[in-house]
This record gives sequence, C-alpha cells and structure tokens, in this order.
Amino acid sequence: MATTVLEPAHAVATHKRSVLVEWLTTVDHKKVGILYGASAFIFFLMGGIEALIIRLQLVRPDNHLVTPEFYNQLFTMHGTTMIFLAVMPISAMFFNYFVPLLIGARDVAFPRLNAMSLWVFILGGLFLNFSFLLNAAPNGGWFGYAPLSARQFAPQMNMDFWMLGLQTLGIASLAAGVNFFTTILNMRTHGMTLMRMPMFVWAVLVTQVLVLLSFPVITVALIMLTADRTFGSHFFNMTSGAAGDPMLWQHLFWVFGHPEVYILILPAFGIVSEILPVFARKPLFGYSAMVFSMALIAFLGFGVWSHHMFATGMGPIADSFFSLATMLIAIPTGVKIFNWIGTLWGGSIQFKTPLYFAVGFIAMFIMGGLSGVMHAVAPADLQQTDTYFVVAHFHYVLFGGSIFALTAGAYYWWPKMFGRMLNETLGKVHFWLMLIGFNVTFFPMHFVGLLGMPRRVYTYPAGLGFEQYNQLSTIGAFVLALGFLVFIYNVLSTWRNGAQAPADPWGGATLEWSIPSPPQEWNFPTEPVVTDKDALWVMKRAAGVRELPEPQPVSGKGIHMPSPSWWPLVAACGILIFMIGIMVKRPWAFPFGPISMLGFAITAFAVLKWSYQPVDHAATSHH
Amino acid sequence: MTAAVLDHDAAHAPEEHHTSFPVDNRKMAIWTFIGSECMFFASLISTFVIYRDSHAKGPGPKEIFEVPLVTAGTAVLLFSSFFVVMALNGAQQGDRKKLITWLSLTVLCGCFFVGMQVYEFTHFYHEGMRYTTNLFATSFFTLTGFHGTHVAIGTLWLGTLLKDAIKGRIPPKKALNLEIAALYWHFVDVVWIIIFPVVYLMSLGR
Repeated sequence: MATTVLEPAHAVATHKRSVLVEWLTTVDHKKVGILYGASAFIFFLMGGIEALIIRLQLVRPDNHLVTPEFYNQLFTMHGTTMIFLAVMPISAMFFNYFVPLLIGARDVAFPRLNAMSLWVFILGGLFLNFSFLLNAAPNGGWFGYAPLSARQFAPQMNMDFWMLGLQTLGIASLAAGVNFFTTILNMRTHGMTLMRMPMFVWAVLVTQVLVLLSFPVITVALIMLTADRTFGSHFFNMTSGAAGDPMLWQHLFWVFGHPEVYILILPAFGIVSEILPVFARKPLFGYSAMVFSMALIAFLGFGVWSHHMFATGMGPIADSFFSLATMLIAIPTGVKIFNWIGTLWGGSIQFKTPLYFAVGFIAMFIMGGLSGVMHAVAPADLQQTDTYFVVAHFHYVLFGGSIFALTAGAYYWWPKMFGRMLNETLGKVHFWLMLIGFNVTFFPMHFVGLLGMPRRVYTYPAGLGFEQYNQLSTIGAFVLALGFLVFIYNVLSTWRNGAQAPADPWGGATLEWSIPSPPQEWNFPTEPVVTDKDALWVMKRAAGVRELPEPQPVSGKGIHMPSPSWWPLVAACGILIFMIGIMVKRPWAFPFGPISMLGFAITAFAVLKWSYQPVDHAATSHH
Repeated sequence: MTAAVLDHDAAHAPEEHHTSFPVDNRKMAIWTFIGSECMFFASLISTFVIYRDSHAKGPGPKEIFEVPLVTAGTAVLLFSSFFVVMALNGAQQGDRKKLITWLSLTVLCGCFFVGMQVYEFTHFYHEGMRYTTNLFATSFFTLTGFHGTHVAIGTLWLGTLLKDAIKGRIPPKKALNLEIAALYWHFVDVVWIIIFPVVYLMSLGR
C-alpha cells in the first residue's frame, strides 16, 4: 500500500497543517484542474448575479433599479466574466484534469508552467472584479470598441481594469496553449496514435491552435490600447488632428474575437462527443469526419471575423466574402450535428443526467446555429445588429451550447474527480429547470430584438411592445438560477454522504475509467497500452467482460512525479504587479514606473529560481 | 518571457522520458511558441504598414532613418545566428572552448544590436520624433521596440547559458538547453529580416 494511505498519526497532523501550502504549491494537473474549476465556478456565479440584476432592471419600462453608469458596468462585466472567467476556465478545468488521463499520461508536459497559468488566471480574475470595490468596473462593453475605450471618453480607471485584466488573462491562456499543444502531441501513451485519440482530446488540440494564433492579436490590440490610454498615443483616436482609425481596433479585436467563440464551443463539442457514445453504448459515428470537420471549423474561423462588422460599411466585396465564408462554416458544423444524431441512432440509450444535458446541448446549439446563419446574410444582419436578436443568438450558442455541454461534462466526470456519485433525480431536476428557464429567458429575445430593442440599453419606454417579452426573460432567468441552486445543493448533499463512485460508473470507453475514482497522484501505475479507438471498450472486449474488476490503489514506489513549487505563484504575482504598475501614476515619462519594474523583477527572479529547481521527486518520498 | 519560462520549466527533466514524437517536449513547445509569436509580429507589422504614411506632423521616414547604421545592426544580427549555430555545434561535440567562444560572440552581437537600437531611439528623440509625435512614430517605436525587447530577452537568455557553459554545466547531452534558445534567437532574427526591408527600405520613398 502507498505510504500516503498508511501514514502514522503524527504524519497526518503535519499533513493537515500544510493543506493550504499543498494547494498553493501544487503542480499536479488534477489539483490545478480542480482549482481552475472552483475559481471559475465562483466567477460564473458572479456573472450570473450580474445577469439577474440586469434582468431586474429590464423587468419593466422606465425602471431605475440601478444607475445607468452601474448598468454599463454590469453588462460589460457579465460578458467579460462569462467568456474569460467562466466558460474558458471551466473548459480549462476539463483540459487540465482529463487530457492527461485520456491520453494515458501522468501529467502535462510542463507542470509548473501549468500552475503558473492557473495563478495568472485567478489573479487576473480577482483584479478585474476588484474594480467593483472602487466603483470602477469596466463599462465599455466586452469588446471595448474605440473610441468608447479611449481616455477621452473613459477617463476613469474602468477600462484600465479591463485592458490590463484581459492582458493578464491572455498570458495565462497562451502559456496553457503551448503547454496543452505539446502535451497532446507528445505525451500520448504507447499506441495512442492521433487518430485513436478520444474526440475531447482532439477538441482541446484544435482549441489550443486557435488560442495560440488568435490571442497574440488581442495582445497587440491591448498593447496599443494601453499605449493610447497610458502613454498618450493615438492608435484608435481620430479626433484632435490624430489620424488614428477606430476600425483598426475592430479588425484586430475580431481577428481574435471570432476564433475566440470557437475556443468557447469546441471543448463543448468534445465533451458531448465523449458522452453520447458512452450513453448510447456504441462508438462515435464518423470519427474521422468529426476530426476533420472540427479542423475545418477552426480554419474557416480565421476568415470570418468581419461578419461582426457588417454595419461599419466595408463595401459589397468585403461583405460578400465574409457572408460566404460564414455560411461555409455551417457545413462542417452540420456534419458534426448529423454525426451526433447518428451516434444516438439505434443505440441502447441510457437516460442518465449527462446524456440529458448532452442532448439538450444538440437541440439548443442547432437553434443558435440557425440564427447564426441568419446573421451571415449581410442585409439581414443590418437589421439585427446590436439588437436583442443578437443577444438571443449568442446565448443560444454560448449558454445553450457551451454551458449545457460543460454541465454535461460536470455530471459525467464528477464521480471520477471527487469519488462521489451526484444524485440522479436532482440532476434531472436541474436539467429541466435549466432547459425551461433558458428558453423562457432567451427565446423571447428573438422577438423583442426584431421589434427593435437595442442591446445594452439601460431602459425602455412603455408602449413599444417590449414589456411582456422582458418580463418573460426575467422570470426565465430566475428559473435558470434556481436550476444552478439545485446543482449546488446536489454537490453539497452528496459531498460526504453520497454513494461512493466506482472506477467506471457509466461503462466508459476511455482510459480515465480504468483507474480508481479519484485517481492517485500518478494516475496510472503503469503506462497503458492502446490498440484502437475507445481504448477501454477494447480492453473490456479482449477480457470478455462488461466491467473490468475494480482497480485497487497501488504504491507509487519508483514513480517520479513533479515536485511542488512556490515559483509559479510568485511569477504570477509578479505579472499582476507589473500590470498594476501601468495603472498608477509614474514619477517619470518612461512608460514603466517602479511598481511595474518591481513586478518584472519578481517574475524574472521566480523564473530563474524555477529553472534551477529540480523538477521531480519519487512519489512516495512526498510529505 | 514565456519562452524563457518554457526553457527552464523542464530544464532538468529526466532524459529517459517517453515522448510520442521523436522530439523533446521543450523543443516542440518553443516551436509552438514561435508559431504564436508569428501572429504577434504580424499584427504589429500590419499596424505599421497601415500607419507609415501618417506623419503630417513631425519627421517622416525619409528625413529620419539612418539606413547605414541599421544595416550594420542587421548584419550583426544575421552573423549572430551563424555564431549561435557554431556554439551549438561546440556544445554537441563537447568542445567547451568552441562553445564558450562562439556563444560569447553571439551575446556580444545581441548587446551590439540592442545598443544600436538604444542609440537610434535616443537620436530620433532628439530629432523631434517622439513616441506620440505622429502615428508613423508610434507604430515604428511599438514594432521595433517589441522586437528589441525580444532581442534583449534572447541576449539575457543566452547570457545565462553562457554562464552555465563557463561553469561546465552544458555537456553534450544538455546541448538541447542551448538549441531551444538558438531556435528562439533565429526566430527573432527572421522577424528582423522582415522588419528591415518593410520598415526601413520600403519606407524610404515615402
């Protein structure tokens, strides 16, 4: 047995005292994943509360629940939070926890870099939300259009928090992108060829390509915005004789921003592609078509950014190009939808909670996709742009798409991560509340949008026909919130007393179900050997059984695991201090003041220390 | 900065580690990072090309650029790419003297280039071309400034490796430590090969 199991009493006491230290210094991809998930869920709840306040403000005409200034902060932070602090990092939780397990690895390629990504993300998220305490939360919309973001029109710190917060989060994403790209390509276990990888791993790989190629563009755009706001340049400023062009911001932002929406949805595609085969008891239909359609979506995703800008008057040639390119994306997406349906077709369907959410995802995502094709028609888009119709569309793909799939993933993988089964009944209650609440909230927005209600509007007068739709949306939003309360209750009530999760509760097809729930620090006692897709099903078939015997915990003797380290956290703190330094007044004209230099020095020192720190230790010598 | 993080993250990973492709994780990671950096510089270069004629106020490229000086800097940077290959060759052969000689030369070239740029920026400043004078100046300083920062980071990185080499810490089996720094160095060099004609030569007629 492992020494971690048979510890003497005094060792347990020492161990307990250092739990905080253990989590702060962890480089274990599973703990990093849990920290990603926990912090992102808190941010998700904050974003949800912001949405509820927005809905309360809009419940009746001429309402003054909040001030117009605070309303601007609410919708900006709701969008920014849900995209960068909720959907992306909840996806990152699954990347972290499950990519190594699915490819049969013991950790990611660069465990300490991984921990640094985590801490940079958490600090960046706290920094963004800290702005609420100063009543200076970002207020220029989640895409921060110039000149609304210029110092001239946004003289306070609000947009400083936004640009520096996003810059910080971008560092986390880029570092994670390099890490996971390398991990997936190079850390696969024996026999795990690229075309035998689980579809979720493919989704993560393609997502990292999108991150790596699109985030540098927003990095540059934010650098220019920082120069404009802080050092007095005019990249995006056409007033006062400067020849800057606000359109440059829009182009740079959407060259990043459109791939970003695929960064939000491709992991969801991957999760659903894992869940459907397991609960239909048959392999994923059209595996290679799924791989290539995903790659095609990502490729085309870089050629459609200007469909966000039809209203800027780019001319018929550009409009036609971006219309057609956008419509092309419907083809690979349709391939995926037919393949999901083909996977369910004729299957021996097991109606478990994860499947409910996965099927809900398909239905809701199709509806979001259809209104997306409507936007691709440039003349129609001119009517829809900046109305609640657009709000309806992107919530159907981001909530109906991403959040449904991430919730499906949470129910599916919860037993593996925490060793407890969630309650099935409560899970299904959650599903129905979410499905009904979601549609009651967002379906009426199609109509109120086509009636002409602009998005981001603080309030509206009576008599325009907006009232009933807005009341419905507000009711739906609270039903939706109730659904998530049921989820939280489910988690809390099963945390201690829920049924123990076996290693393989669902009859899974992938390697993570071959090891105990939750897995031991080193994941696999020996590196697994894979001979085909659906590796675990192949193993079960070879053994002639429906279920493999329950795996027993083993001693990790002789297995080398990465050592815990403080330096990723220190390096992350340095990056945040650097960013804060840009916001505060500098004693000289040089762009970076003493605080920024201190931050840079801290990060440089941490990186240097980390470079000379031994990377691994024998698993049993830990504690 | 991420590049430096990458280098050092797995710097002491056990050699026997199994990888799916016959390439070390760190080498794959630096290539990935370089791919990402291409988009970073593509955005900066595009911005410069868009704004290079925006100099109604203040000096323009024709009045201000000192092509001979920058040509010298370009040549030095190009040679440094050759030098670092020689240094790597020395490291792989276990020839410490060769390694230290050529690596020192590479670091010197890096210092010269950064020095050239500091001189150039100071000169422009005194000639009345400041960061916010016009958009030509702003986008020029942003693009070449970020390239210069990359050169400076690369010089520091190679400098720490030079220190290691002098202390005998880069035996042939650790030549990869130098190889990935060299890959980054070549990339920074290649970016300059694009910047030099696009920024300096093609702007002269404007």
